[in-house]
Amino acid sequence: MPATLLVNGKKHEIEASEETPLLWLLRDTLGLTGTKFGCGRGLCGACTIHLDGEAARACVTSFAEAQGKRIVTIEGLAANETHPLLRAWIAEQVPQCGYCQPGQIMQAAALLAQTPRPSGAEIDAAMATVLCRCGTYLRIRRAIEHAAQEGGVR
Amino acid sequence: MNHTTNLTRREFMQVVSMAGGGLALGFHLPANSMGATDAAAAFVPNVWLKIDTAGLVTITVARSELGQGVRTALPMIVAEELEANWEDVRLEFALAHPDKYGDMTTGGSTSVRGSWEVLRKAGATARAMLITAAAQKWNVPRETCRALNGAVQHEPSGRRLGFGKLVEAAAQLPVPSDAPLKDAKDFRYLGKSLPRLDVPDKVYGRAIFGVDVKLPNMLYATVVHCPVFGGKVKSFDAKKTLSLKGVRQVLEIPTGIAVVANSTYSALQGSAALTITWEEGSHAKLNSAGIHKMFEEKSASAGVVVREDGEVTQAMAEAGRKLEAIYELPFLAHAPMEPMNCVAHVSAERAEIWAPTQAPQWAQSEVARVLGMPQEKVAVHTTLSGGAFGRRSMTDFAVEAAQIAKTVREPVQLLWSREEDMQHDFYRPASYHRLSAAIDRNGRITAWRHHLVAPSISAQLFGGQEDERRPDAVDGAAQVPYQIPNLRVEYVMANTAVPIGWWRSVYNSQNAFVNECFFDEIAAALGLDPYALRRRMLPEDSRLRGVLELVAEKAGWHKPVAPGRGRGLACHACFGSYFAEVAEVSVEEERRVRVHKFVCALDCGPIVHPDLIAAQVEGAIAMGLSAALQGEITIANGRVQQSSFDDYALLTFEEMPTVEVHILPSTAAQGGIGEPGLPPVAPALCNAIFAATGKRIRRLPLRSEDLKGT
Repeated sequence: MPATLLVNGKKHEIEASEETPLLWLLRDTLGLTGTKFGCGRGLCGACTIHLDGEAARACVTSFAEAQGKRIVTIEGLAANETHPLLRAWIAEQVPQCGYCQPGQIMQAAALLAQTPRPSGAEIDAAMATVLCRCGTYLRIRRAIEHAAQEGGVR
Repeated sequence: MNHTTNLTRREFMQVVSMAGGGLALGFHLPANSMGATDAAAAFVPNVWLKIDTAGLVTITVARSELGQGVRTALPMIVAEELEANWEDVRLEFALAHPDKYGDMTTGGSTSVRGSWEVLRKAGATARAMLITAAAQKWNVPRETCRALNGAVQHEPSGRRLGFGKLVEAAAQLPVPSDAPLKDAKDFRYLGKSLPRLDVPDKVYGRAIFGVDVKLPNMLYATVVHCPVFGGKVKSFDAKKTLSLKGVRQVLEIPTGIAVVANSTYSALQGSAALTITWEEGSHAKLNSAGIHKMFEEKSASAGVVVREDGEVTQAMAEAGRKLEAIYELPFLAHAPMEPMNCVAHVSAERAEIWAPTQAPQWAQSEVARVLGMPQEKVAVHTTLSGGAFGRRSMTDFAVEAAQIAKTVREPVQLLWSREEDMQHDFYRPASYHRLSAAIDRNGRITAWRHHLVAPSISAQLFGGQEDERRPDAVDGAAQVPYQIPNLRVEYVMANTAVPIGWWRSVYNSQNAFVNECFFDEIAAALGLDPYALRRRMLPEDSRLRGVLELVAEKAGWHKPVAPGRGRGLACHACFGSYFAEVAEVSVEEERRVRVHKFVCALDCGPIVHPDLIAAQVEGAIAMGLSAALQGEITIANGRVQQSSFDDYALLTFEEMPTVEVHILPSTAAQGGIGEPGLPPVAPALCNAIFAATGKRIRRLPLRSEDLKGT
């Protein structure tokens, strides 16, 4: 069934079955490859995006669930290159291989949008489910704290 | 490019002409790039340095960016000697070629140390030529000119010409063979943590990994492999799959069934709808318990002696006291975040491959072989890798993509599911170790024996190539660093049907655990401080002792540890570098081990980029802890039992300890960085658990029952 998705502020008419995971519509249909495939079961967080401002896993979000919601991907967030969280991510030189980083950033951006000055425990709780095999966790924490101090993440 | 000057065979560098004008130097990186020179061989330039008329510097080096930062580190080396502006330097990925670039494999922690010398010489040579060109232009003595920030300036007059304005004249000059290298004290870039060139794209979501390659009219494919090692397709029913919207084709390839579709989702959906009957083959009964039993049995037989110092048997017989222990380690998966994938486009005459690979030449030759094409008809583009850790040294995914694309005749992106990735890896080998030590009446360690049973990666992959006297499995076991007069290391090869491959630090990941935990056992048995005993038994001027002393100082080894916590120490040398690490842990409710802190000291010789080193150490600690705390691949009925991140868990954000990295300033031989930080992680952790609880961990991963009573 054709339906409209609102991705990064733009409407897209998409023809797909209702259960199609949003991840593949973003990557294969819309060519937004910043959102990554890691497991397909919501276990790793590499595909994290925002649905109405909340962090969500695109691999377990269906086309039907995504309809009518504001979808933001890493490309949407990075449309503003001076976004404080992205600046902090660069300043702290977070990525190694870089594959999980869009998911990490989207998870952190959702956290800071809701909790601009998160405690260490709040950062732990929010970031616990996004995996990084390269082990960039310490830098992710520094980048989140760095961005929180600078403010303006909302 | 055409050669415009003809130099003697011994020259390692020459000018080549460059489209659009400019200076291009080709220089030769020895095939076995570990400092060996094969200058007597015919000159074949395999690394390129180009400076165009706008002053933009491009180097082409055949090393894969896996997250270790080669795309930043290698240009830094050239920029330093060239006196280029950092902002003007670019790195180009090289297209796979059988011999143009020498060995293009990225592995063995060799990217920087294998390129260091040649890249410095290249930069220095180009600088010397640019200075000569400027001096001739101004008609001034060469000694009065110097290069700085992408330009040559005449010191007395202050005249200045950018490199871009000098390249055409420089290209006409003979290539000097003795251009002086800079003194380390004058380095402006080397040793500094310049911003990584690949970071912005990775942060903005623009970096292109293998899975992100998109070609016009590209189709999407996935593969279902026989769950049993060595099994084959007996029959399959694709009716349901072919009835699904978006599915284009189902085809059998030698390793399984491929589904080709208009989207990744349709391919995955189609693969789930397949009915396949497998010919499970002879390994359908293989299981972990059986492998363990086989290892145990082989442990009773004499092995190939790979190191024999003194008279071990006699020293053991005369021992005042003997210590014995058995250590065991499991198979491990690489589990990079980006599953195996590859894009292939195959026509009758040629093939083009886009792959996140550590071994583009091997991929090229294997693809050529299965397609029955000459190697030069196969172009392999190396993309960024979403983690690699040794897994992408293999060529299986590229071969499959080529086989599918050969049938489909349109560009195809093959992507494995996470489950296929986890269950069809080339695993870190499991191993079984019998250790014994003799202590004499004066409390001195007089003998050390290590009997090691493990599958051999090189034997399993390459058959009869295994050299009995120097098997791969003893890496890190044979190199006991301590001065023990009687020492024997022996090995029994115990191959299985479980595919194995190189996993970050390879056999050092098992052998450092065994050596350093057993050494700790000896210290405990003697009632000695494990630091003091290590220090005493390492050669006085050794680099390992240097980092051991540094880590003890930085970790406050002699200061009391917080109540409830324990500190553990391990040191190990491999890949040319020397590492010592101190872990601080506590064991909390329900025997949950909490790792608070790691302090690492290392000596890797001259350094390029301290923050890249720190990042690699952080990564090695995360990967080492994932393995030690939870990592285990088990086999039942010939199948891997784990399938994703729920049953093969990785270290998570809140489990990551703080990490301190201390680099010992050193002018000694340069070592690698990607791997050597990993081996000391598990032994430091387990020695810390012993310090905290008195429980000695002799098998990994950590099991709750091994902490009973704490």
